[in-house]
Amino acid sequence: MFVKQLSIFVQNQSGRLSEIAGVIAKAGVDIRALSIADTTNFGILRLIVDKPDEAVKALKEMGLTVKLTEVVAMEVDDRPGAFAEAIKTLSDGGVSVEYLYAFLSRAPGKARVILRVDDNAKAEKVLNSGGITTLNEKDLYLM
Amino acid sequence: MNVFTPEIECADRETLEAIQTERLKATVKRAYENVPFYKKQFDDAGINPYGITSIHDITKLPYTNKQDLRDNYPFGMFAVPKSEIIRIHASSGTTGKQTVVGYTQRDIDIWAESTARAIAAAGGTKEDIIHISYGYGLFTGGLGLHYGAEKLGAVALPVSSGNTNRQVQLLQDFGSDIICCTPSYAMFIGETMKDMGISPESLSLRAGIFGAEPWTDGMRIEIEKLLGIKAYDIYGLSEITGPGVSYDCSCQKHLHVNEDYFYPEVVDIDTGEPVEDGVYGELVFTCIGKEALPLIRYRTHDISALYHGKCECGRTTVRMAKPRGRSDDMLIIRGVNVFPSQVEYTLTQLGFGTNYLIIVDRKNNLDCMEVKVEINENTVSDTVRDIERAEKVLENALQSMLNVHAKVSLVEPKTLPRSEGKAKRVIDNRKL
Repeated sequence: MFVKQLSIFVQNQSGRLSEIAGVIAKAGVDIRALSIADTTNFGILRLIVDKPDEAVKALKEMGLTVKLTEVVAMEVDDRPGAFAEAIKTLSDGGVSVEYLYAFLSRAPGKARVILRVDDNAKAEKVLNSGGITTLNEKDLYLM
Repeated sequence: MNVFTPEIECADRETLEAIQTERLKATVKRAYENVPFYKKQFDDAGINPYGITSIHDITKLPYTNKQDLRDNYPFGMFAVPKSEIIRIHASSGTTGKQTVVGYTQRDIDIWAESTARAIAAAGGTKEDIIHISYGYGLFTGGLGLHYGAEKLGAVALPVSSGNTNRQVQLLQDFGSDIICCTPSYAMFIGETMKDMGISPESLSLRAGIFGAEPWTDGMRIEIEKLLGIKAYDIYGLSEITGPGVSYDCSCQKHLHVNEDYFYPEVVDIDTGEPVEDGVYGELVFTCIGKEALPLIRYRTHDISALYHGKCECGRTTVRMAKPRGRSDDMLIIRGVNVFPSQVEYTLTQLGFGTNYLIIVDRKNNLDCMEVKVEINENTVSDTVRDIERAEKVLENALQSMLNVHAKVSLVEPKTLPRSEGKAKRVIDNRKL
C-alpha cells in the first residue's frame, strides 16, 4: 500500500524548474505534494502526482531522467505533538528516515507526511500497530 | 568470410614484403626526384635514395612531421605536376594551419580499394545500401567511404552529416544496411531515434563503420545496443589517405592495416626507435603506393601497437591496436599525461554514459580538471546521498586511472554539446 514518488535530477539553472512544471501542467497531471532537495550544483525534485505514469512519460519525452520510488504516506492529527509521536513510533520501531515532507489534508484536522525510509514494509507495520494510518495512492489522489 | 581482395589481405608475409620492397623503392625515388623537401632532407642526412634493397631498410630513412607539411603549405610536398592532381582535401586545421593533401587518379583508386576492403570486412556486399553520414567536403570522411562503397558495387548514399531527423527518416525509408559516421554522431542518431520512438529492430541496419575520432570498446558496446548493430572501427588520417588506412574485421579486435599501400611502424615517442610487436608507441606510416603525396615515415602522433600473425578472420595483414588517442589530444595536467579515452573507458566501466566533457582550468597556478557527465538511468536517484556517492565513486576511479584528481559533476541528460562530426570532449581554459 505504498505510494509512487517521481524524482527528477535538475541542474541549478534559472528557469529550469519552470520548464519542468510546465511540462507536467501540459500533460494534465495534478501535483499532490512536492519537495526539493538542494545542493550547490543540482537539486532533486520529488513529486507525488495523480497520474504518475503519464507524468513520467511527459518528463522522459523532455529528455529528463526520472526515477520512480515507492514511499510511505501517513496521516496524523493536526495538533501539537502528533508529529513527534509518529516519529517516535518509527524510531522506536527501528525505522530510519532518509527524508520526509508534510502537507495539510483537505480532511479537517489532519496532516499528511510522505516518508522515505529504509524499509517500507516495516515502517507501515510499525505505524499501523502504533495506531497511525497509512494511505494508499487512491487516498492521496482523491483527497 | 567477406574479403574484398584475398590475394593481398590473406597473402603470406614473403609476398607482402616483396610488394612493399618494390613500392618503397619507387616511392623513395619519386619523393627524392620530385619533392625539394625530400631531396634536401636525404642529401643533408647523406642517404642514398637508390640504395633501398628491402622494406626493412625503411628504418634508415628520416621522419616526416606535420610541421613539414605546414612549412610547405599548400602544395609544396606534391610529387606530381598539377595536371596529374585530380582531387584536393584538407584537414580540419584545429591546431594551427590546415594541412593540404592531393590525389592522382591512382591515389583515388588506392583509397577506394582501401575503404572497399573496410566495408567488406564489416560484412558489406554489392546488395547493400551504404548510408554515409560523414561530412562531404574538404574533410576526407564522406568521399572516402563513398568511393569505397561504389568500388564494392554497393549503393553509396551520400547523406553527409547533419539534419538528424532526416537521417533517421532515410534509414527507415531506404532500409540502409550499413551506416558510416563518427562514433559520437552514431550515438546522437541513436538517441534521436529513441526520442522519435523508433526501435532499432524496425530498421534493416545491421552494421556501422565508425571512425575519425578515438573511441573505446565501452562506447562500441553502447552504440551496438542503441542502434542494434555491430560496430566496426575504421582508422585513417588525411595525410596518409583518409579513412581506410586500417579497419576492423569481424573479430573486432585490432584493425587490419592496408600495408600494401600504407606501411606501418610503431616507434618509441621519445627516442624514435622502433618497438616490438604489442608495445605501444607512436604510429608512423609510409605511403608506399601513392603518387601525389608520397610521405615517408610520417609521424601520426597516434598511440598504438602492432600485431603480426594470422588473424582468426583469415587475414594475414598486420593489425594495429585501436589508437589510445592522438598525442595531440593528450592533456598534461599537473605534469601527468591524460587521454580523454581513459576517462571514457572509466565511465563505461562504471555504467555511466559516454556523453562527457573535460574542462581544464588553472586556479592559483594549479591545474584543475573537471569531468561533467550526463546522468542516466543507472545513476539517477531520489536521494542526494546516492548522487553524491556516484560522483565520488567516479572521482576515485578516475583518480586511480589517471593518477590525477578530477572533480566529477553529474549534469542533466542532453545538456552537453552534441556533434555531427568529431566530438569535442575537452575545453582547456588554461591561459599559458
